[in-house]
Amino acid sequence: MMEALTLFLEATARTAVPLAFAALGECVAERGGVINLGVEGAIIGGAFGSLIGASWFGLAGGVIAAAVCGGIIGALFAVFVVRLRANQIIAGTAMTLLALGLTGTLYRASYGTTGAALDIPTLPVISIPVLSDIPIVGRAAFAQPITTYLLVVLVALTAWWLHRTHAGLALRACGEAPIAARAAGVRVQRLRAGALVYAGVTAGLGGGVLVLAQTGTFAEGMSAGRGFVAIAIVVLGRWSPVGTVLAACLFGAASALQVFFQASGANAPYQLFLALPYLLTLLALAGFAGRTRSPAALGLALDD
Amino acid sequence: MNYTLARNATAAAVVVCGTLALLAAIVAVAGYAPGPALEALWRGSFGSWYSFTSATLVRATPLIIVGIATTLAFRAGVFNIGGEGQLLVGASLAAFVVLGVPAGAWSVPLGLGAGAIGGAVWAAIPAVMRHRFGVLEVITTLMLNAVAIQLVGWLVHGPLQEPTHVYPQSATIASPAQLPIIASGTRMHAGVALALLLAAGAWWFATQTAAGFRWRAVGANPHAAAVTGRIDVARTVFIVFVASGALAGLAGAVEVQGVALALYESLSPGYGYTAIAVALLARLDPRAVVPSALLFAALEAGAGAMQRDAGVPSVLVKIVEAALILVVLAFDARQRRRLAVAVVA
Repeated sequence: MMEALTLFLEATARTAVPLAFAALGECVAERGGVINLGVEGAIIGGAFGSLIGASWFGLAGGVIAAAVCGGIIGALFAVFVVRLRANQIIAGTAMTLLALGLTGTLYRASYGTTGAALDIPTLPVISIPVLSDIPIVGRAAFAQPITTYLLVVLVALTAWWLHRTHAGLALRACGEAPIAARAAGVRVQRLRAGALVYAGVTAGLGGGVLVLAQTGTFAEGMSAGRGFVAIAIVVLGRWSPVGTVLAACLFGAASALQVFFQASGANAPYQLFLALPYLLTLLALAGFAGRTRSPAALGLALDD
Repeated sequence: MNYTLARNATAAAVVVCGTLALLAAIVAVAGYAPGPALEALWRGSFGSWYSFTSATLVRATPLIIVGIATTLAFRAGVFNIGGEGQLLVGASLAAFVVLGVPAGAWSVPLGLGAGAIGGAVWAAIPAVMRHRFGVLEVITTLMLNAVAIQLVGWLVHGPLQEPTHVYPQSATIASPAQLPIIASGTRMHAGVALALLLAAGAWWFATQTAAGFRWRAVGANPHAAAVTGRIDVARTVFIVFVASGALAGLAGAVEVQGVALALYESLSPGYGYTAIAVALLARLDPRAVVPSALLFAALEAGAGAMQRDAGVPSVLVKIVEAALILVVLAFDARQRRRLAVAVVA
């Protein structure tokens, strides 16, 4: 039983970490008033970038390349929705399509039409002495690749920045009342663009985790809808960085449960577990789980 | 009128030539020969009567119907991006009803009606949530797309699974429930004609009726629409939402009864999402949805042939689709700026 629980928590963490990376940046972007449907594209871009980076410069190069590729996609998205004031939904869809197409084509063009797997070593697991020996939760929380610890640091920094600094306050103002924020001297466009680049970087890191810490290879379309899950996670986490991580764990647990049910051969409709987090998100939005409110100016471009 | 027609024809020609040039350029940059690739693309999409009807038109059908749904919704300021989920639920309900009711002359309309109802119900959820709780439909429709995928997965592994319980799909629907083939020797079914009729009807509705005008007024400026005192904005938004869902659901029923002939998980290769691009390229004009859908359908139909015959990865077409969308967005931004300058001056 304890063995099963340990495995279950480890599986939860494995699903939750890439999702939490992507959702963390998405949370910041949405607090600034931009809904970023291009997050899926940044994940796949980061995944592909990390493979190239790692095969040329080693694992550290892979992590950096993932962040850079995600950041580039975030910056391109920012050009369209911030500079050109394009519709955020359509521009985001286009970014995702573009990244899926580019990575798929580049992968096929570089590694053959068969898409023969290019394997790279995965990041080593770093066990924290003593803590990782705690029964049940120890391995899931304290025997992780370095990227998981990076996530913890990023979440703490992001939460502090968003809620405890002037710039964070200004960004939140951009998401609630951009015109008032601009009147108060906030550079709305610049802050939003910055938030989008950051969202791209974290989503890219999420994609990098998939390759560098988990599979050790790239597959076409391996982001597999995680970007859309990340958007749900931000809502369920009530637009706060820490809440986002908790919501990511919930999605991770639901997915792990589903795998266990399928493996055990029990005749339960495992699809229910996969749908459950989304249903919870909808219920939360309908006000069944306390007050959940999106930033007031979410999805709107700043008018001149 | 003739001027508009000429301008639209020019725009369409520019779009098609631009798309082909871009495709050729990307193919060349990726290290393949553009000539054979374009030739294969042509063969797979327009090159023969069979490929035009069975590959391009059949693929364009759901794109036209969901494209209209998206056009009408976006025009009214309803950002329903749940076309994919509404299509899947419509397909599920159509399959459920058609398989459950003894087949007969009524089976085709019954299935199509069930599809529309399924899509409408699935769209009513975000419509109510927007109305009651002020929740952004972008988020809710996206969530419901994910739920719909799981719903189909459950149905084809559970209650609707075919009798031998081997394959994750429903039983094949009886032939009276299938949409008739309207060109012998091809896979072109009556849904193709239905889609064209719907496009014409949507154009007529949007531009020639009072209700269509109200829908557009609500989208153009909800506050102005409300102060006229003659338009119930909340009610209009709800109706638009449900109607666009019904259309998307109908597209799902058409897929089940015309193409798939059973319910399975990979029924839609993202038609609901591609339809957003289709509607955008059509500049939210129901008439233009047809050529726009044909272009996207031809690209996807041709992509398969390109991979098979010229060894060019079919996923490459996605870059072209994305570039098309981005060019339109950039073009829009430029026009807006010109307009703003004109107003100031």
